[in-house]
Amino acid sequence: MPGENLQEIRGIIARNKVWDAVFVIVGLMSLLVGIVTLLALVIDLAIDGLPRLSGQFFTSYAVRRPAESGILSAWVGTVLVMLVTAIAAIPLGIASGVYLEEYGRKNWLADLIEINVTNLAGVPSIIYGLLALGLFVYQFNLGESILAAGLTLALLVLPIIIVTTREALRGIPNSIREAAYALGASKWQMIWDHVLPYATGGILTGVIVGLSRAIGETAPLITIGALTFVAFLPDSPFKGEFPYISFAWLQAPFTVMPIQMFNWVSRPEPEFQLNAAAAGLVLIFMTLGMNAVAIYLRYQFRKRVKW
Amino acid sequence: MVEQTSGSPPHLAAIKPKAEVRNLNFYYGAVHALKNINLVVAENRVTALIGPSGCGKTTLLRCFNRMHDLYPGNRYQGEIVLDSDQTNVLSRRVDPIEVRMRISMVFQKPNPFPKSIYENVAYGLRVRGQSKRSVIDEKVEQALHSAALWEEVKDRLNDLAFNLSGGQQQRLCIARALATNPEMIVFDEPTSALDPIASGNIEELMIELKKQVTILIVTHNLQQAGRVSDYTAFMFLGEMVEFNETKMIFNQPAKKQTEDYVRGRFG
Repeated sequence: MPGENLQEIRGIIARNKVWDAVFVIVGLMSLLVGIVTLLALVIDLAIDGLPRLSGQFFTSYAVRRPAESGILSAWVGTVLVMLVTAIAAIPLGIASGVYLEEYGRKNWLADLIEINVTNLAGVPSIIYGLLALGLFVYQFNLGESILAAGLTLALLVLPIIIVTTREALRGIPNSIREAAYALGASKWQMIWDHVLPYATGGILTGVIVGLSRAIGETAPLITIGALTFVAFLPDSPFKGEFPYISFAWLQAPFTVMPIQMFNWVSRPEPEFQLNAAAAGLVLIFMTLGMNAVAIYLRYQFRKRVKW
Repeated sequence: MVEQTSGSPPHLAAIKPKAEVRNLNFYYGAVHALKNINLVVAENRVTALIGPSGCGKTTLLRCFNRMHDLYPGNRYQGEIVLDSDQTNVLSRRVDPIEVRMRISMVFQKPNPFPKSIYENVAYGLRVRGQSKRSVIDEKVEQALHSAALWEEVKDRLNDLAFNLSGGQQQRLCIARALATNPEMIVFDEPTSALDPIASGNIEELMIELKKQVTILIVTHNLQQAGRVSDYTAFMFLGEMVEFNETKMIFNQPAKKQTEDYVRGRFG
């Protein structure tokens, strides 16, 4: 009798485990679809683009002859625009997130703001471009400049940073807040000394996700009037004489990597396609590099904080 | 000046009060959680709050350092007066931060900051604007000595607090509360997350600490109340049923409810 019973149980277990096996196969296949596609894409880019990657490619402007063409103005433009975006979006986003999560009263207005911020993260980027064209370019008279472009992309990533900041703050246990308060900390001391440092890992994730999205954006920048051929560099931010720093570059016209790529792709000569592939590779490595730095920082912060 | 609290036996008049709870009512929104509580907390003594779950003892404890102010919808009525300067800690005119600097708290679950052992103890001093390394060093060492933790951690003050055992973490939290020389420390079931040996250490520590600071403790553990406290208050359904010397509460309770509870007949 017990033996029979055991046989039965084993049969049931075996049947239950079938689904484990099925899912493992389905899951692996799904994963492979993504990975293989991505790999194929990168490898294809690399085959076309790698031969074009040389010092000359990085130090030349885009010109009519494909072999002499380069991405100098594009990568400089991308770096400067991202700089403006980061400087504008990170403090604004974190401050908003902290206010909403720690200071703002929890009422219907807060709910409304929360829903709106979340929805803003999903608004198509060209809409931001239109807004920026009206607001930054014409209303504030910033022109078709690096400043206008950086601020446009900052608008785009702001909701992402706000939402992830709030989530990171929500992840800090209340017992830590109470511990700080019980020692006589003010709200700001509690936030600055404890909650923010412990949430830095999570907040950085939001910053990475946001900036990675911004670096590849084309549509809003074309909308505000980014140039496609730029044969000069913006004014240097560093000067030989006092005050050693200059903000003239903020007003300079610009182009960025994805626009340069788009421009090359849309030209008939096949050599330009190779340039586009090479620029694509560079853009991918820029994004990966940014992510790597952020992941490293996040790791450093998380190492010291665990619950 | 000080009205004799109703319901307390006459021989309690000998108590030298540190704090007095007078006609305290507390509401979580519409829920009337504490009903007309009167209690005297004796200076340099351990006072225990006992009672079944949900009786309001933790709620009462958290009134002492205005922890309820952190969450919306809570309302106090009545007074908790510190005898030394007649401050009503529940008054709207009194800043809760000031109250928390005078009355510190140790929580149910050890909640050290994810920082070094040293920084955990130093934080209260830093909040008060102390930045002189020599002063902080001295106070940190003193507090760790008082919390009977110094010998175990003196060689690794810069280690993360999370690397300590649960009992050590709780003693670290006690050291953190002690570092700023508060007038009173409230303990919210400080040993409920600890094993018996670690609990025993904390109990011994409390008996030692009452020389320097007034202690109010909530405990689920009746034996613990019997071992560590000088006075015990039994609460039930948000009311103060009986308050007396601990040995009286356990040996000759005046009320039937108290007797049933301390004999283990309910709760």
